[in-house]
Parts: sequence; structure tokens; C-alpha cells
Amino acid sequence: MKFYLKYDIQKICKKVLEEQMDKLDLSYDIIGFGKAEIKESVSATKLKHLHSFLNGYGIEVVGTQKSILVQKTKDAIIEMVYMEENLPTSKISSYLSKKLKHSYGYNSNVFSDVTFTSIENFIILQKIERAKELILTNELNFTEIAWKLNYSSSAHFSTQFKNTTGLSPSAFQRIIRRRRNIDIKS
Amino acid sequence: MQHEVIHVLLADDDDDDRLFFKDALEEIKIKTHVITVIDGVELLDHLLKPDIVLPHVLFLDLNMPRKGGMDCLKEIKSENRFKDIAIAIYSTSASEKDIEEAFVKGANVYIKKPSDFEQLKKVLSKVITINWQYHTSGLNRDSFLLSV
Repeated sequence: MKFYLKYDIQKICKKVLEEQMDKLDLSYDIIGFGKAEIKESVSATKLKHLHSFLNGYGIEVVGTQKSILVQKTKDAIIEMVYMEENLPTSKISSYLSKKLKHSYGYNSNVFSDVTFTSIENFIILQKIERAKELILTNELNFTEIAWKLNYSSSAHFSTQFKNTTGLSPSAFQRIIRRRRNIDIKS
Repeated sequence: MQHEVIHVLLADDDDDDRLFFKDALEEIKIKTHVITVIDGVELLDHLLKPDIVLPHVLFLDLNMPRKGGMDCLKEIKSENRFKDIAIAIYSTSASEKDIEEAFVKGANVYIKKPSDFEQLKKVLSKVITINWQYHTSGLNRDSFLLSV
């Protein structure tokens, strides 16, 4: 028996995209034909899965090779900042190029292109974020936090905190405490 | 994803300040889409319109007729659907007390209005860039405080 089919490619593509992204539990928007947006930050592994799922349908994800490298860089930096012990003793640039298998120069250019900030600034931002968490858990004093995050002194830590946020660590701590008190009362 | 536009909303009653603000944003690297309103009443009317694209960042002048920045901050913070908007206070005052009060009431950024254009560009670029990192890297907004 021969039969004839009529199909709507757009509809099929959309359906496949939806199914695959649902499978990975992503929150997304399909913006017209050939373009979708993932509305959260996605780990490099998840992106890889999405690529291979879609590849099975002959759909290729284009234009995100750079974003994948950037995501891997971010993951590596965050992992590094959150390491409890054995912080890398080598320079950060060689640590990242070894881990990501790209030259640091290439990697840092791509990073700045995509994120509008430099790897160096991103590391500082992440360290300060980590410091904020530690400040708010109240378990360590500023000197211990500085030491934990590999700052040479607590003065260096305070300076970098102030340069990044515009506030001293103690002002930051006071403000968040006052804010929480208001939340509790209301 | 990385070429998305940042939506910016500015509430400021001064015509010149609104103009400088727009010009400065046009010259920074990150693409922005700017809407301006002239006071707090117009601001809340705008935010409560159905189907609007909520801004990523809202710049709020403290001293405006009809409804000032602090009142707006309070109202916006009490609405759950506005919880993802980063709020930047944009003011000529820079007393420690004003800054701390604004942060305690929920502002994320406090900007002392710069007096020259180059400085304004620098400051706005810093705010937008850092906010962008919060937006794209899933950082914790509850402890996002920046004073420039």
C-alpha cells in the first residue's frame, strides 16, 4: 500500500524541541522558527545532553559553542571558589587552561565577548559572593573568611569586598541583618 | 541567549537627567532597552499595566513630585511579582544614612548621581554589567548590594 503524507515541518520541530527540553526539565521559550531561549542558567552537561538528543532528530544547535565554553569556565571557577581544601596552588590561568583544554588567551577572549566581563572580574565576583554567604552564616569572623578564601590578609579581603560592592563587610552584615529583622516583623 | 537585551526602566522627574541617562546607556557595551517615566505615580501605573515586559533593572530617583523613590521602593518590594526586578536608587544624596536605609528597605544598588557624563557612563556600565552577571549566573539576589 502506498500512501501520501502532508506534514508541517515547523510543527514537528517545535514538538521535538518541546519534548526534549521538557525531558531535561528546562524552562524555555520557543521564539519562532529556529530559535529558542532557555530561561535559566544551564550546566554544560545538561546542554551537552540537549545537543545529543536533538542531534538524534537531525537538529543541530548552532551558535552556542562559545556559550558552552563560557559555561564550563564559569562552572570551573565556581567549583574552585567553593573548594573547601586544596585550592589550586598553580596560577588560575594555567589551572583553567588545563581544565578546559583551551589556551587562556582564547578562553578569556570568548568569555569577555559573551559575558561582558573578564574572567578575573568574574572570579572576584564569585569570591565575594562566597564571602557574603560565609558572613551571613555567622560562623566565621572576617579574618577567618579572608583566610578561607585565600586572601593574603583580612585588610586585602576588606578592600576587595569594598571595591566590588561599595560596602565594607561589616556594613553589609549590618544591612542584611536589619533587613531580615524587618521581614520577620512584617 | 547572551545577546538578549537588558530592559531598563528609569523614574526621574528631571528632563536633563533622563536624557543624559539614555545617552549614557546607548554608549555602553551591553544592549539595553530603556523606558522612562517622570514620577512615582506614572511608574506604578506603568508596572501595573497588563502584559508589560518587566524591567531587569529599575532606576529610581529619590526626590520626585507626587510619589518619591522610597515610597515606590516600599510598594514594589511588597508585590511578589516584582521580586526579580533589581532596584537601583539613583540620587543626588549620598549620606551614609540614606544609603543604608535604602538597602534595608530592599534596594539592590545605590548610585550617587555623577556630575559628569563620562563618570555616568562608567557607573551605569558597572551596574548593568554586574546585574547581568546576577541575571545569567544564578547568583543570589537577596544579598546583591552595590553602592557606587
